[in-house]
Amino acid sequence: MDLVINGVRRTLRSDPGRPLLYVLRDELNLTGAKYGCGEGQCGACTVLLDGAPVRSCRTTLQAAQGKQVTTIEALEQNGRLHPVQQAFLDTDALQCGYCTTGMIMSAAGLLKKNADPSAAEIKSALQGNICRCGTYPRIVEAVRRAARHA
Amino acid sequence: MPEIERYELHAGPAYVFAPDRRDFFKLLGGGLVVLLALRTEAQGQESGRGGRADRGRPREIGAWLHISELGAVTVYTGKVEMGQNIRTSLTQAVADELHTSPARIELVMGDTMLTPFDRGTFGSRTTPDMAPQLRQVAAAAREMLIGLAAAKWQADRTVLAAEDGHVRNTVSGASLTFGELTKGQKLTTTITPDARVTPASEWKIAGHDMRKVNARSIVTGQQKFTSDMALPGMLHGRVVRPNSFKAQLISADIKPAEQMPGVVVVRDGDFIGVACDDSARLRPATEAIKAEWKTVPQTNSRELYAWLKSHAGAPVEWKPIEADVHAEASYNVAYIAHTPLEPRCAVAQWEGDRLTVWTGTQVPFGVRTELAEAFGLPEANVRVVVPPTGSAYGGKHTGECAVEAARLAKAAGKPVKLQWTREEEFTWAYFRPAGVIDVRSGALKSGAITGWQFHNYNSGGSGIRSPYNIPNQIAEFHASDSPLRQGSYRGLAASANHFARESHMDELAHAAGIEPVSFRMKNASDPRLRAVIEASTERFRWGRTKHRAGQGFGVMAGFEKGGYVSACMELTVINNKVRIDRVVQSFECGAIVNPDQLKNQIVGAIMMAIGGALSESIEFEDGRILNPRLSQYRVPRFSDMPEIDVVLVDRKDLPSAGAGETPIVAIAPAVANAIFDATGKRLRSMPL
Repeated sequence: MDLVINGVRRTLRSDPGRPLLYVLRDELNLTGAKYGCGEGQCGACTVLLDGAPVRSCRTTLQAAQGKQVTTIEALEQNGRLHPVQQAFLDTDALQCGYCTTGMIMSAAGLLKKNADPSAAEIKSALQGNICRCGTYPRIVEAVRRAARHA
Repeated sequence: MPEIERYELHAGPAYVFAPDRRDFFKLLGGGLVVLLALRTEAQGQESGRGGRADRGRPREIGAWLHISELGAVTVYTGKVEMGQNIRTSLTQAVADELHTSPARIELVMGDTMLTPFDRGTFGSRTTPDMAPQLRQVAAAAREMLIGLAAAKWQADRTVLAAEDGHVRNTVSGASLTFGELTKGQKLTTTITPDARVTPASEWKIAGHDMRKVNARSIVTGQQKFTSDMALPGMLHGRVVRPNSFKAQLISADIKPAEQMPGVVVVRDGDFIGVACDDSARLRPATEAIKAEWKTVPQTNSRELYAWLKSHAGAPVEWKPIEADVHAEASYNVAYIAHTPLEPRCAVAQWEGDRLTVWTGTQVPFGVRTELAEAFGLPEANVRVVVPPTGSAYGGKHTGECAVEAARLAKAAGKPVKLQWTREEEFTWAYFRPAGVIDVRSGALKSGAITGWQFHNYNSGGSGIRSPYNIPNQIAEFHASDSPLRQGSYRGLAASANHFARESHMDELAHAAGIEPVSFRMKNASDPRLRAVIEASTERFRWGRTKHRAGQGFGVMAGFEKGGYVSACMELTVINNKVRIDRVVQSFECGAIVNPDQLKNQIVGAIMMAIGGALSESIEFEDGRILNPRLSQYRVPRFSDMPEIDVVLVDRKDLPSAGAGETPIVAIAPAVANAIFDATGKRLRSMPL
């Protein structure tokens, strides 16, 4: 399997039906995408596939082949945080931080599609991401802030 | 006095960590070390047991602080960070006393080799206990540094001051860095917890907003949780689980799995597990094992409440209540799961007969005991390290995952990482206790409560006593035979007890024909309780008229673990569905340490409480969990987010209480009362 992950072509000897998440985490040591449920319910494993957020625990290598996979590790460019990352810092939109990378990837995907989302659009786009610590209001605030500063 | 947790599954060992002072310098390098010795009676409280003086070590060490020969400040505490933000708040406390920027201070937390013994991070004790202890060691270190500078300069110490990593002579303007002062030194001092620390009114760094100290590594994905760790040669593990609780292994054919390349299989008593270098082979390997289990019939969630009452000893005796109006009701609370987003995970590594386990637990020293007992090792041979942890909420007190990983690693002769699946976390962890609460009460026409009898079956005793003025109140907890494994949960039983009490306060107010806020105020004399009720109702504009069909308003107030809380709720009931529109919650926990982070904690507790109030419930039958997935067990999501308005009441004149728990108790009763206001229907079973 040939995959392009964070701009780098990778040849993997894994089963094409294997979910991307475990390859990222266990073979490539890209651990920013987290395991939370394995059934696409929590969003902790979110990565971008050709710019669109997907649950990497439910995305097979086959489905990712030929597409650009972007993980949280590639969002920071030359020491500059992505606007969504910066906004999460500025609003302290996190507690334990386990959902944070998935939240940021979902939000980054949303902003690619919709540069100025309303609060309702943000809530709807992030509905598949769970923050068990309950920082939802701050996350909405962070994404709005990122949209203004992007 | 720290609360002894009724459902603490493992209280940890009687253990004294008091290394020889020379060990500190071997471990940490030269410089300056300040140790805090706890008083003997405090030690008994902290550990929940006495008798340590018998070992010839009358004092226990609560915390220590090291300033290296390069001036680096490192503070060691057995507490752990799980998202409650104590890494930041404790750093603030140390920075305040050292008069030094928080950026210069590092905290080493929850490592049984490096940090002092600690009973565990729970019960909202970090802020009231650990923060003052760290303030004391930091204050002592500051005074020692000033003393070193005074000796060096032959100066009067009263003209010297610590300032951001330096000691400065305010008269001559000369200045030395902490590193210049500690270079070549091997100084230790032991202080007792009586030292004067800066009062809250003079805090410069604490008492103010400060961003999370490790936030950048989190937003970039660089922070390594236990589940992100990788050691050289590390294998991945998985446990073969029985299909129901209390099942016994009869037989297992492990040969097909053993023959798979790179797979190690362990069968030891009722434990079966596999380890493998390729995580892709874990599933085929576990599926290749054919195990037969002997199961036993067990009760189910439909019969739960009758079961809990019938397994709780003799029936209670109700006393007559003299009153103009009476109320009587029974409330139910379901089992719920903590559902930390990071399921339990452990990485275990053996070096000969020495074992190191990295795991996200709230009780590292207790897990060390579990490991030592499981493998017949002296505790000195076991090290437990707690990396950043993807939340816990009272749900990670136990070490079963650590023990399992260590068993696999022992067989494999290599490090093993074991991360539980979500289904395992939902099934093999433990639950917040379910409960039944029966209440009878009476009041005069004037509103004065004359009798209050409150019997809690199984859910627990935290927050069981009413904070209102009630003569001869009876509030009793009755232990029962829990069908499921249960343990502590954020706020413990205070959520259940507040749900029942504050629902019942509304019922009694209704029976007496008195408006619910006035009814509470008539019966509340504690000024702190009155203050939070006034704060929430004023911000909410309680008493305004409804303007929408299905709209309802509800109120509650309460007190637990040193914190006073009151909430006002606005919701809408449409087609039997509840939508929470707005929550105003006031909270007072003494002097506020970090207002922004406190708000973050309160909002988070409100969001989490919405789950317990409206949607979360564990269903089970015959030793099986019927909804062990996030697709079947609804936790709050963005669409459940109401408008939330937090009103902080800051009391700089009072000691700071912890705030991670009590804010969670407010939502369920406020929702129940608002649903009653909207529909006239009284719901008495959580989730509502």
